[in-house]
Amino acid sequence: MLTYIVKRLFVAVPTLLILIVISFLLMHAAPGGPFTQEKQVPAAILANLNAKYGLDQPMWRQLLSYVWGIVVHFDFGPSFIYKDRTVNEIIAQGFPVTLYYGMIAFLVAVVGGVALGVVAAIFQNSWVDYIAVGVSIGAQVLPNFVMAPLLVLVFTLWLGWLPGGGWNGGQWQYVIMPVIAMATAYLASIARIMRSSMLEVLTSNHIRTARAKGLPTWKVILRHALKPALIPVLSYLGPTFVSMITGSVVVDMYFSTGGIGKAFVDSALNRDYSVMMGVTLLVGALTIAFNLLVDVLYAWIDPKIRY
Amino acid sequence: MALSTIDMGALQARLAALDEVRGRSLWADARKRFARNKAAVAGLVMLSFCLLFAIFGQALSPYTYDYTDFTIMGHAAELGAPSWAKGYYFGVDDLGRDLFARTAMGTRISLLVGVVAAVIAVVVGTLYGAVSGYVGGRVDSAMMRIVDILMAVPFMFVVILLLVIFGKSLIVLFMGIGLLSWLGMARIVRGQTLVLKGREFIEAARASGVSSWRIILRHIVPNLLGIVAVYATLLIPEMILTESFISFLGLGVQEPQTSLGELISEGAKTIRYGTLWQLGFPMAFFILTMFGFYFVGDGLRDALDPKDR
Amino acid sequence: MKKTLLLSTILGTLAMPAFADKNPKTGEELAANQAYTYRMLDSVKSLDPQLISSVEDSDVARGIFEGLYNEDGDGNMVPAGALSYSVSDDLKTYTFKLRPESKWSNGDPVVAADYVYGWQRLVDPALASEYAYYLELAQVANATEITAGTKPITDLGVKAIDDHTLQVTLIAPLPYFVKMLSNSSTFPAPKATIEKFGANWTKPENIVTNGAYKLSEVVEGEKYVEVKDPGYWDAANVIMSPVTAMVINDEDAALVRFQAGELDRTEVPAGQFPRLKQEFPDEAVSTPYACSYDYVINLTEGKGNEALKDVRVRKALSYAVDRDVIVNNILQGGQKPAYSWTHWAMNGFTMPVIDYAGWTQAARNEKAKALLAEAGYGPDHPLQITLNYNTSDAHKKIAVAIQQMWKQTLGVELTPNNYEWKVHTDKLIAGDFEMARYAWCADYNEASTFLDLYASYSTNNDGKYSNPQYDQLLKDAKTMADPSANYTKAEELLAEDMPIIPIYHYAKVDMVKPDLKGLPQHDVMQFWYAKDLYRIQK
Repeated sequence: MLTYIVKRLFVAVPTLLILIVISFLLMHAAPGGPFTQEKQVPAAILANLNAKYGLDQPMWRQLLSYVWGIVVHFDFGPSFIYKDRTVNEIIAQGFPVTLYYGMIAFLVAVVGGVALGVVAAIFQNSWVDYIAVGVSIGAQVLPNFVMAPLLVLVFTLWLGWLPGGGWNGGQWQYVIMPVIAMATAYLASIARIMRSSMLEVLTSNHIRTARAKGLPTWKVILRHALKPALIPVLSYLGPTFVSMITGSVVVDMYFSTGGIGKAFVDSALNRDYSVMMGVTLLVGALTIAFNLLVDVLYAWIDPKIRY
Repeated sequence: MALSTIDMGALQARLAALDEVRGRSLWADARKRFARNKAAVAGLVMLSFCLLFAIFGQALSPYTYDYTDFTIMGHAAELGAPSWAKGYYFGVDDLGRDLFARTAMGTRISLLVGVVAAVIAVVVGTLYGAVSGYVGGRVDSAMMRIVDILMAVPFMFVVILLLVIFGKSLIVLFMGIGLLSWLGMARIVRGQTLVLKGREFIEAARASGVSSWRIILRHIVPNLLGIVAVYATLLIPEMILTESFISFLGLGVQEPQTSLGELISEGAKTIRYGTLWQLGFPMAFFILTMFGFYFVGDGLRDALDPKDR
Repeated sequence: MKKTLLLSTILGTLAMPAFADKNPKTGEELAANQAYTYRMLDSVKSLDPQLISSVEDSDVARGIFEGLYNEDGDGNMVPAGALSYSVSDDLKTYTFKLRPESKWSNGDPVVAADYVYGWQRLVDPALASEYAYYLELAQVANATEITAGTKPITDLGVKAIDDHTLQVTLIAPLPYFVKMLSNSSTFPAPKATIEKFGANWTKPENIVTNGAYKLSEVVEGEKYVEVKDPGYWDAANVIMSPVTAMVINDEDAALVRFQAGELDRTEVPAGQFPRLKQEFPDEAVSTPYACSYDYVINLTEGKGNEALKDVRVRKALSYAVDRDVIVNNILQGGQKPAYSWTHWAMNGFTMPVIDYAGWTQAARNEKAKALLAEAGYGPDHPLQITLNYNTSDAHKKIAVAIQQMWKQTLGVELTPNNYEWKVHTDKLIAGDFEMARYAWCADYNEASTFLDLYASYSTNNDGKYSNPQYDQLLKDAKTMADPSANYTKAEELLAEDMPIIPIYHYAKVDMVKPDLKGLPQHDVMQFWYAKDLYRIQK
């Protein structure tokens, strides 16, 4: 296993390089640049700007010096739009925020979703199941852009319990609504996958045998059924964690959390090349890390799995 | 316990070998099982209702989806509530346009988006994931790294470039949706394939000299249908909502045309401004569609489940 | 050290209410709470005065920095860093007397050399400011050449005669030169600090400022806090402190937070003004704002739509736009219908009398139908055109409404195309459009900022309208003591040639807490100064 992990980490380097090259080319191929604006910058000034940020260099040289900057100085360059800040600063400020509430939302979604799915599967076709399924579909059609205004309406304006936005260093009052808005839909999805997977495991022979042996149901479930049933949920979680980070833009914008999700979308819309690249690399690294973690967990759950 | 698993595996392998002979009756069986499943039939009814509404809804309304009533424009909260007398069955939006016709149009486009996304995910994602998982080794590693990269590439630029190169059209929208939808499916299917690969009935099939391709199609894929059906039904609402983001970038559905995702996001923006019908009706059809897909997906899974054969 | 600092802060806080009992200028009773929190659309992009290019950044900059002149609530210039100025007989040399008691927050006096340094930075190719063209607009000698890199920055037409005398040389007389000096790009810059910290000099721990406020706390993406600087020359009249800008991207979210009492000022979402005005009559406010909205028609040779090169078609389309519907039914926030280009409330501007502005909409529609028929379009040969706009709720609504107006009155088939912001702009600049949404916001409070846009030599004339008569009128206006007649003529030419379809003039539509006073009521630039704000006893 260890050699496998080491090998995977080794492969991560060329993977990230390919990601850099593809994203870089895509970004430059898209119309408009960081200084394209409605109030046009005169040609002479545009030339000065391009010279300042190295955009007057041939593409391959820009790419090379970008990679060089990262490898040698771990420097992702200055933002082209937020001129007082560097990409390192923008990520260092936004990522911990998103990670903080994203992790909580992730845990809520996983624990809640798995529990809901297991309960629904055990009591299949009973009212418990119907309620669980109904709730999970209901939750799934409440995307975060509907959840966010609803939550604020109820908890801020009507009840006056929670502040309508801001971050304040992550005080709990400020974290609750972002977490709920973010976790709901994912919780619902996990519950659905868990339910279906659990049902499949429960009808499999070794569980039937275990039950026939007279073991109490909950013991069978905890000891024999839960682990194998988790595999599809795990597969789902790898990409989900990453899309929670990048998809946090709605939450970031509505609750003004200052998270990285907003930078992810803004930098693309603004053609803030350096920030875009920095955030893409961050997302790429997270994707690779999480999918590796998932693969390792597969092997832990089912020792028969070989890569 | 171990003994019974082996039995089961051997049985499955034998059943699988017989598949070809009884291929037709298998589908007939599945159909019968599906028809007996009440929830699945109910789901089918819901979907048919949405489909009929999507196709004929616009014809039922006295207004076209783009007709603007200038006397109501800007006063939707006071004048635009649903009214049988005026022919605005679902009320009007901010601009004085009939929400009934618009919801019908939106449902049509969103159903299409959902189905396309699901089909691409099921076909491409399932095959890709199954091959990656079954073949394993370097092939698996390469295939999964490609998925990693595609997941991290800034999707927005892909959409913008599609738009620049191919212009605006529904087909290009589907390309955009298709590019995105199969990635998660591939990861999930690969995970399940890795588990299945270690099962005795697969090993038995391999030992008896069945080709890899055949094993994948005949033995692995049928055993994945459960999770594939569930994930596909999860994907549909996600892609229906993603469509409104892609339209934001200028690709796909263009005003005055609309989609459910677009209508819902408009409705969500105005929930505090006294026009709840703007969120309510599109949301109702969205939910109905989701339940429909869910029950049908569940029914299909049960009907096709090889274990129940 | 720390203890004394803390103690003085406490004493300061305690002393505050006693001191702030009455507004020293107006005599109004002041509230005990003099904190001001407002919504800011997006994070600050830069606080370096010479790099600032966004409205939000200059709002913050006007609190912590100060230039030669400020604007009062009516848009008139009031001395700030300068005490007075004199002009040479040829109207090309301005000499400013600077305020000797003006200080930087590190205690250094603000001297003429700081202005020279700031202005030289602005045009310096190495700094590459997007606002470098501002001094060129202001006709400052050699600004153009320096930006283009053909002359050294020391050649700029600005000199420090002594510590408190600043001299500016222009290449041509410019009657509104002084009006241009409230823009943050003309603020002085602290040379020593900038040279010491480089690009990091605007970080709150490094920054040195000369305004009424000091930057006390920055949480990027969340808030920017300014507190009163006791060393400011007019500190005795500064009442409001602290002043907090809260970053809230979503205007609906901001409105909720305003209603929950978290904010003192926020924008009203399009279409919500009447409802809010009715519910909160003393909180919903609409004031004119110096931006105009239009559809630009592409007249570039070989590009765009040939049909639109017929002036009758352009006129027909313009006449058939019912601007009252757009203003009253869509925007609903006190915006004004536009039949001419320059914003109606510009300082010293007389609105021209445009013929079709006076007609009824029915008459306009009739005329439009006749013109279009004359141009050869009708039911059997409908006019087909496309309109580009960037994705946004308000642009979408306007486009959809106009599409319906043209369809219902003229039978014109318009396809609205929305594009993401940069794609839209790119197409606009490349001339790859038939008709496109555009809006322009004034750089300074004088009509030429609008009219210059459609001169044939303007960089931003994306439709490539070209009329030598129009160009000449504007060139002449630059040196006239009273250019009103030329401006009126120019507007009449625009209505005659119709290279653009003016749609509406902006208004700033806000929710403001009723006890907050001192916001500008008539300044169309919407320049507000935190030092002029105060809260009265309710």
